[in-house]
Amino acid sequence: MRHFVRLLILLGLMALVLYPLLWMVSTSFKPDDEIVGSVSLWPGNATTAHYPAGWSSMDVGFGTFFWNSTVIAGLTVLANCASCLLAAYAFARLRFRGRGLYFAAMIGTLLLPGHVLIVPQYILFKAFDWIDTTAPLIVPKLLATEAFFIFLMVQFMRGIPRELDDAARIDGAGPYQVFLKIILPLSRPALVTSAIFSFIWTWNDFFTQLIYLNDLENITVPVALRNFLDSTGQTSLGPMFAMSVLSLLPVFAFFVAFQRMLVQGINTTGLKG
Amino acid sequence: MPRSSNPANRKEGIAGYVFLSPWLLGLMGITAIPMLGSLVLSFTNYDLLSDWSELEWVGFDNYTRMFADDPHYLDAVGVTVIFALVAVPLKLAAALGVALLLNKERRGTGIFRGLFYLPSLLGGSVALALVWRAMWSKDGAVNAFLALFGIEGLNWINEPDWALETLVVLAIWQFGAPMVIFLAGLKQVPNELYEAAAVDGATKWRSFWHITLPGLSPVIFFNLVLETINGFQGFTSAYVVSGGTGGPVDSTLMYTLYLYQSGFTDYEMGYASAMAWVFLIAIALITATLFSTGKFWVHYGDGQ
Repeated sequence: MRHFVRLLILLGLMALVLYPLLWMVSTSFKPDDEIVGSVSLWPGNATTAHYPAGWSSMDVGFGTFFWNSTVIAGLTVLANCASCLLAAYAFARLRFRGRGLYFAAMIGTLLLPGHVLIVPQYILFKAFDWIDTTAPLIVPKLLATEAFFIFLMVQFMRGIPRELDDAARIDGAGPYQVFLKIILPLSRPALVTSAIFSFIWTWNDFFTQLIYLNDLENITVPVALRNFLDSTGQTSLGPMFAMSVLSLLPVFAFFVAFQRMLVQGINTTGLKG
Repeated sequence: MPRSSNPANRKEGIAGYVFLSPWLLGLMGITAIPMLGSLVLSFTNYDLLSDWSELEWVGFDNYTRMFADDPHYLDAVGVTVIFALVAVPLKLAAALGVALLLNKERRGTGIFRGLFYLPSLLGGSVALALVWRAMWSKDGAVNAFLALFGIEGLNWINEPDWALETLVVLAIWQFGAPMVIFLAGLKQVPNELYEAAAVDGATKWRSFWHITLPGLSPVIFFNLVLETINGFQGFTSAYVVSGGTGGPVDSTLMYTLYLYQSGFTDYEMGYASAMAWVFLIAIALITATLFSTGKFWVHYGDGQ
């Protein structure tokens, strides 16, 4: 009986939590006259018309925005994984002067709100003539500014037995060979977790992309979706929902494919989704 | 461990800096120097449109303006504090409640856990905020639902008294990430304690109060710090739901949204820098306060 009540509560909560998502998907298939004032999760006269309408609702097609988002997210994943892995190896395995201090600085940047830096960074990147390019979004990632991933990888590397390093050392390997032959291959799970979170965070990121990308040819999906705010009237709601659904599909696909890994990544580091 | 002049150690010391060099460059170029730059700018009238030669030193004017001459700024502080004070405890309570329901491994638990977690991945996006805006509008699903019971709903996002609540609900909806952390924490509470308590005839409520909560306190603390810091930084949902304005009448003007408006729509970058520094100091103080209260209620087992 108690088990049954618990299941009932969980199912009720589940319905509440999933409702906005299901409503979003169903609304994207509803004709205009059904969108207004409807709780229903099932379109009466389902239509796919909002998808092509939304896709070409701006002077530049959504294909361009998806391409831009994909390029930025892809490059960010590569940049984060490479740069954070190097830094993490130094913190986790190498002894050098000032390590403790740098590690403390790295933890400090974990808690540093990004908004504090946005004004001077903007001025800096404007001086480099980087506005409206991908550089302000990618270059900082090449310099290991995402401390979350360094932290995650340090935690992971501390679990790799040191005996492996020592054995390689006895065979004459230096710090570079130990990195290439042992740490790099064994860090794959941490790299995959970092890659997934990098992708999802960049794909969803709005603040920095809004600031650095202006030209319609250069903007990403979230910045393009923002333009739906300027168009008023009920006829734009359907296309807006359709493009919102499409924009969430990649993240949803990652969720389906890597659900277990995402949950574990959170457990070990407390990363936010 | 022998160190100093040993050549292997010296090689390792150099390698350390080689591997750390991208990060060091980033720490200097992307973080530390811009931070100092923004501190300097915060004492100037710099705006993005004028030439650098027109830059003037204005002393503490930007800082006094915030607290003495800018009602919008005070609105933004109020909105952000209320948002954090309401949304964070409710989100954590939801996360803990559902985690307790899912604690025992049963068939289907994994599916529930995954689906409850899904909003945490999607909820921060522009797409979801647009959906939220439509859902809570006059003709949205929320009012259509209320109409089933004969209640006429408001245009929630245009009501100064309610607009922020829609953002709070959106934040609570994303309780899945702290929930997953709570679930991991619950696994760490030793089972023997519950068994011993049951032998002593303790009620469920008493063992929750005296075993679960103290055992979970490090995780509660961790979630509290993280969610508070995140709560203060909410931007996307406030921007989208208010159409970029922070309205109606500043009711959703989150701090970061006002900072964005000052710096990037009004181009008052000196003023925005001053706001950023006050923000940084406020976050640091709040984090420090949380850590100092932690001593009194966070219990670490095994003398960690």
